[in-house]
Amino acid sequence: MAKLNVNPTRMELSNLKDRLSLASRGHKLLKDKQDELMRRFITLIRQNNELRIEVEEKLSKAMQSFAMAKSLVHENFIEELMAVPSQSVNLNIDQKNIMSVRVPQMHFQYGETADDPKDLSYGYLNSNGELDLTFQYLIEVMPDMLELAEIEKTCQLMADEIEKTRRRVNALEFMTIPQLEETIYFIQMKLDEAERASITRLMKVKDMG
Amino acid sequence: MSSKIGVVGDRESVLAFKMLGFDVYFASEAKETRRTIDKLAEENYGVVYLTEQLAELIPDTISRYDAKLTPAIILIPNHAGSRGIGKKRVQENVEKAVGQNIL
Repeated sequence: MAKLNVNPTRMELSNLKDRLSLASRGHKLLKDKQDELMRRFITLIRQNNELRIEVEEKLSKAMQSFAMAKSLVHENFIEELMAVPSQSVNLNIDQKNIMSVRVPQMHFQYGETADDPKDLSYGYLNSNGELDLTFQYLIEVMPDMLELAEIEKTCQLMADEIEKTRRRVNALEFMTIPQLEETIYFIQMKLDEAERASITRLMKVKDMG
Repeated sequence: MSSKIGVVGDRESVLAFKMLGFDVYFASEAKETRRTIDKLAEENYGVVYLTEQLAELIPDTISRYDAKLTPAIILIPNHAGSRGIGKKRVQENVEKAVGQNIL
């Protein structure tokens, strides 16, 4: 490991010692942050993975049945059915702070129909059984979809932060701290050597007299 | 802060979401999709669901929004089924954070 390019003086030695103590403290803190982030990330990402698989499966089913329903009726009729959505979702986003990573916390408010898919109101005219099925699937999958949005975004943001933190920890652990230690050792040796040299010189001078 | 939920995708797949009260936007090619997503991001949309087929066309735009708090761009399959891009993104997150795939 290369030592830093500095003059071997007492002044420099004291500066480097300060830097070393700061770097060690920073390293410890960042390491703790990384460990805690990782612990939370792992539980979240497992949940994310399971939820995604589930949502994808249900959504494909819903969309296939919608494609089927749509093929049986003219497109304009379908759009007419959808013209006035009978349900509404409200979304409020707060910020949550997980180990200084800002993640969104989403609060959803469904309309009254969320619990009971039969309440979705659309005309019997120009709709068909497949359409009913589609909406049933969609209503089933909707809470999961919304939860997935929150978890997946959180995971994304946390993954970025973990990567950044890991780089910092590694830089401190494998570059900064060893460099500082080596340089401090070098300066100390240099200073001791100078001291010995000056003692020897004094003794020589005394002998001459 | 109240936000909206948007869905972007091809006509066949996403029209049904209108019934759930989401705002539905149609797009079929890259430029159109990019423009829609940028517009939604400006208009205070909290969650944007995007079909994987379209996501495949605009990876840069999606990664640009990955680092931001909102909107959360979530990939969904379309009527032709899932292409595994959404799952791949989850795995990429794991690899980025942990260093290897542990799922």
